[in-house]
Amino acid sequence: MADKILMKGNEAIAEAAIIAGCRHYFGYPITPQTEIAAYMAKKMPKIGGTFLQAESEIAAINMVYGVASAGKRVMTSSSSPGVSLKGEGLSYLAGSDLPSLIVNVQRGGPGLGGIQPSQSDYFQSTRGGGHGDYHMIVLAPASVQEMAELTVKGFELADTYRMTAMILADGTMGQMMEPVSLDIEVKPEIDKPWATTGTKMAREHNIVNSLSLVPEELEDLNFKRYDRYKIIEENETMYEEYMVDDADIVIAAFGIAARVSKNAVDEARKLGIKVGLIRPITLWPFPKAPFKKAAEHAKAFISVELNMGQMIEDVQLAIESKCPVTLCNRAGGMIPDPAQVLNSIKEVNGGVQ
Amino acid sequence: MAVVFDRPHALIDVPLHYCPGCTHGIVHRLVAEVIDELGIEGKTIGIAPVGCSVMAYNYFNCDMIEAAHGRAPAVATGVKRADPDNHIVFTYQGDGDLASIGMAETVHAAARNENITVIFINNAIYGMTGGQMAPTSLVGQVTQTSPYGRDPKACGYPIKVCEMLSELVGPEYLERVTVNNVKNIRNAKKAIKKAFQNQIDGKGFSLIEVVSSCPTNWGMTPKQALDWIESDMLPYYPLGVYKDRSAQKEAE
Repeated sequence: MADKILMKGNEAIAEAAIIAGCRHYFGYPITPQTEIAAYMAKKMPKIGGTFLQAESEIAAINMVYGVASAGKRVMTSSSSPGVSLKGEGLSYLAGSDLPSLIVNVQRGGPGLGGIQPSQSDYFQSTRGGGHGDYHMIVLAPASVQEMAELTVKGFELADTYRMTAMILADGTMGQMMEPVSLDIEVKPEIDKPWATTGTKMAREHNIVNSLSLVPEELEDLNFKRYDRYKIIEENETMYEEYMVDDADIVIAAFGIAARVSKNAVDEARKLGIKVGLIRPITLWPFPKAPFKKAAEHAKAFISVELNMGQMIEDVQLAIESKCPVTLCNRAGGMIPDPAQVLNSIKEVNGGVQ
Repeated sequence: MAVVFDRPHALIDVPLHYCPGCTHGIVHRLVAEVIDELGIEGKTIGIAPVGCSVMAYNYFNCDMIEAAHGRAPAVATGVKRADPDNHIVFTYQGDGDLASIGMAETVHAAARNENITVIFINNAIYGMTGGQMAPTSLVGQVTQTSPYGRDPKACGYPIKVCEMLSELVGPEYLERVTVNNVKNIRNAKKAIKKAFQNQIDGKGFSLIEVVSSCPTNWGMTPKQALDWIESDMLPYYPLGVYKDRSAQKEAE
């Protein structure tokens, strides 16, 4: 087994990006993700890469757009209010079918909100974040190890499907330290014949563009993009199941909420309550299949979230409202503890019996 | 028979969508001629703005990127940094794009002395959306959104981009030119060529402001528009070199 080192989640993302071959990082300082920028500022100049502190989040995402146009792996990171500013760029990246990796280490909102952990950008991330019809691949790590692994995976998915992959973490994931193995396999990068790297007078000019003034053509582009999304839904959905097979009650939780919930599941099992956990790792595409399957035997679902109830809507859709879904949540930077989740399980269990 | 005048290779042989009398066509041609003469078409990547020249990506033969409104200097920064030794990058932007919504990107690319070339078309109006007041519209200028003339009490004064950027330590080269007659067109080409040469030489940020006409939205004939450049635009936007760091250094 490879050696493990103790790292902060934010640093693990930064190092994994370098491992994945990313040599261009653009960012703007915002808590609680600034360690990523600081790490890149230190490392990139030593390995021939680019670290640039942009004048704004808007500039940073457009610098990402530039490097992505030129066919190279590129990333930016931010936290909730900053990601809102990047919304314009995210939409343009989608409209131009450009690959990129965006990290959102979420904090409580809305507005300037706070700096404590949150999952309140679930809607924003899974529904695209900017204007127009599009999706991003949204990856939700629940450990520092996953912060690293999903970063590499994110670059690969982004290149394969020519779209943005987002790491949707939260302040806890960004700030906590855990042992992590950086022995991560990286697949060879694929060719990008569409990139604007100069024609070298050897081919027709390439154009990176999201403008399409003929509605029939723009419709066609949208349909084709969604055909691609369908392939992603079929092939790239990721989730973890824990004690779901015989569960009467199934918890849905991602990121830090899933770790808290796992403790509560263990406690509830000791009390003889049959509880399981489905942890979506891809929030888009949402893992509908395991939820639908669990709904065949489960009597109730609980969505544990660090927000006012956002993923709960996807759970309801996935189980086609076959049974009730209860929300167990904290918001504004607060995290539910295992006792709160256990209480929620007990209450639901009372109803189930 | 020897060919003495031809279309530049860097300009694709398609009809331009610009209005009659618009000077975008002239500036496109000048940029393309310079690209040809410097032999850089194969490594050049152009960034089109949002505005009348949004579809410039269909006209230049080099690789092209269409950027979000005002963000061209940031996109250019990314493209340049992706492969600084092998990419020649230019942006082509109008006044709304460069001096209003994209002012931050403009100022900071200049402050960083980003090694890119910026072609800035100042025609004192938003053309594509039908003639609204621009950050460079003159005091008293009648537009769709200043129907009684630009009133400085309500909307301030037009921004002199070259003068403003010249206060920064960063930028390598800033020059204002115009294309309202043959002499000025020749000067404009010289400036544009210098702006590209500076990038090739690794000198950094060069911006050429081209005072241009918009007969359609100015409500003038093409001839009247060119005359209005001379009579009204140039007194407020004087032509000339506003910064030339290399020349300054040599002089010192």
